[in-house]
Amino acid sequence: MRPSMPTATTTVRSRFDGGRLERMARSYWRHRYLIAMFLPGFAVFALFAYGPLYGILIAFKDYSVIRGIGGSPWVGMANFTGLFSGPEFLHALRNTAIFAGLNIVVLFPAPIILALILSECRWKWFVRVVQTISYLPHFISWVVLAGILFQFFGQLGAVNAVLHVFGLPSQSWMYQPGKFYVIYVFSAIWAGIGWGAIIYIAALAGVDPELYEAARVDGASRLQRIRHVSLPGIAPTVSIMFLLQIAHFLAVGFDQIYNLMTPITQDSADILDTYVLRHVMSYDFSQGMAASLFQSVLGLLMVYIGNRVVRRLEPDQSLW
Amino acid sequence: MALNTATKIAADPGGDGVGTGRPAPVPRRGRRRSTGEWVADVLVVAVLSVLAIATLYPFLFELTISLSSAGDTQQPGLHILPMHPTVAAWHAVLSSSGILHAYLNTIVRTAAATAITLVLTAMMAYPLAQRTFPHRRVLNFLLLFSLLFSGGFIPLFLLVKNLGLLDSRWSLILPGAVGAMNVILMRNFFQAIPAELIDAARTDGASEMRILFTIVLPLSKPVLAVVGLWTALANWNAWFDALLYINDPHKQVLQMFIRNTVVTQANPILSGTNPGFLDSASTTQSLSAAAVMIATLPIIVLYPFLQKYFARGILLGSVKG
Repeated sequence: MRPSMPTATTTVRSRFDGGRLERMARSYWRHRYLIAMFLPGFAVFALFAYGPLYGILIAFKDYSVIRGIGGSPWVGMANFTGLFSGPEFLHALRNTAIFAGLNIVVLFPAPIILALILSECRWKWFVRVVQTISYLPHFISWVVLAGILFQFFGQLGAVNAVLHVFGLPSQSWMYQPGKFYVIYVFSAIWAGIGWGAIIYIAALAGVDPELYEAARVDGASRLQRIRHVSLPGIAPTVSIMFLLQIAHFLAVGFDQIYNLMTPITQDSADILDTYVLRHVMSYDFSQGMAASLFQSVLGLLMVYIGNRVVRRLEPDQSLW
Repeated sequence: MALNTATKIAADPGGDGVGTGRPAPVPRRGRRRSTGEWVADVLVVAVLSVLAIATLYPFLFELTISLSSAGDTQQPGLHILPMHPTVAAWHAVLSSSGILHAYLNTIVRTAAATAITLVLTAMMAYPLAQRTFPHRRVLNFLLLFSLLFSGGFIPLFLLVKNLGLLDSRWSLILPGAVGAMNVILMRNFFQAIPAELIDAARTDGASEMRILFTIVLPLSKPVLAVVGLWTALANWNAWFDALLYINDPHKQVLQMFIRNTVVTQANPILSGTNPGFLDSASTTQSLSAAAVMIATLPIIVLYPFLQKYFARGILLGSVKG
């Protein structure tokens, strides 16, 4: 039979009759079956979550596939100075900042507005139907969504057909660098607004119904109820989500952008991730790794700062 | 990260995990609603209807194009219904061997990855849920830190290459098999199971494996459903790993097949010209639309039934432990 869980007496005794090592060994032995159960999953996790960290070294080397990671010569910070010496990386950085700005200004408020509108609808079955429909694109890959959008916004697509009805000239939406931001925002709202609203709908469900009743009795109009009851009710959620959005500033949708971009729109669409991928495709691993590491470190820093702020405002919501 | 925020805020009186807003304000008997209220109601329904229609329309458009005759696809229009319906494009795509191969590869990959993920994740999460497990704090930190910092895809690619997994199906299954988020989700769920239950089984001499599989997991169906469904969906939709690791066309997955035939051809130079597998009954438009629809059909069909389980996941577990 397996020994039972440690009691107070066994813990106290082990403190006297054994050193740290012996206690460790005892604990390992006592948990030997659990450890055996733990190891297969942990091995896979550790291999693929921490194994790659060794490869980061190539950011400081001139990596060649033939010599391998260990055999390639060190070059110090040359790959990083290389990033900033040409316009390409700075361009990708600038574009990433533009998409991040669009995320914060346009894409962040959209689901909040949807949640508020949904909560104002009296027909609950209708709310359910709209919600179910609005989640759908979230479950479909950007490869497929982009395939659909290329036709929908295409020369013979529905968007141009609608423009035609209003007497407006048709556009080649997907093949103009300036239009890429329009496509980005529209497609991101299409794919993400319903799913993004879930968290705010849950927050609105937590607002005390008596507050609405009281506002009604006091003669508050519907907009006043939204302004003075709903919005304050979800304010904590909104501020936390906002901080998380800031913390993940650099994580603009790679799947979306990579599948929607064409050689013609690359100037507007090229972000850090696509920059890195392009260098991988041309076997320039070291330069790509330097860009990738720059992005990871900056990202970690932002998350760290973001979490510190969250911890001060709402300790319950912080990550650590 | 959103998971963390969601749980604590979520009050879910409906119990379906989605929450449909606060209870409907019941108009009092005898109290007449003003004209302004009626206008607002109509406006709300109108806005939501437009949103729902706008969300579905691109899918409908694509479906219609896939079922339209060659001539119709070359006409600009709203394409709400096919004017001369034909299954020629579907037939052409389904009879090309490429898509069936890709379909099979994706099914195999999805099934294998989901099974492996569920077993390994549960076996890793259960020991971590035991308060006395050695090095628990360090291990939990390793989980959390992996969510915050990674080297990106270059070092992962080099690792997969050095392990000799390039062009192997394992390269699509193993790297994502045990993710920190899933382990944390399961660990938190397991911790909420009453310890007396597990202690009683131990006293009766049950092995840890047996406790996990006969006591803990049957009580953990909600978390298993969430992790299993999200893993299956992620594998069905995955394309980037295949782009990096798979060259062999026989091992290519469905999403890459779609990307190669649809997105890469959606190029002004190619569109309208013959892209290879064109016949007189279909056009580039209808063929790529049919390929897209065929790849997406399983999700669209299953979606209404599974949707609530997915939504439940966002409100289920907290990241912190």
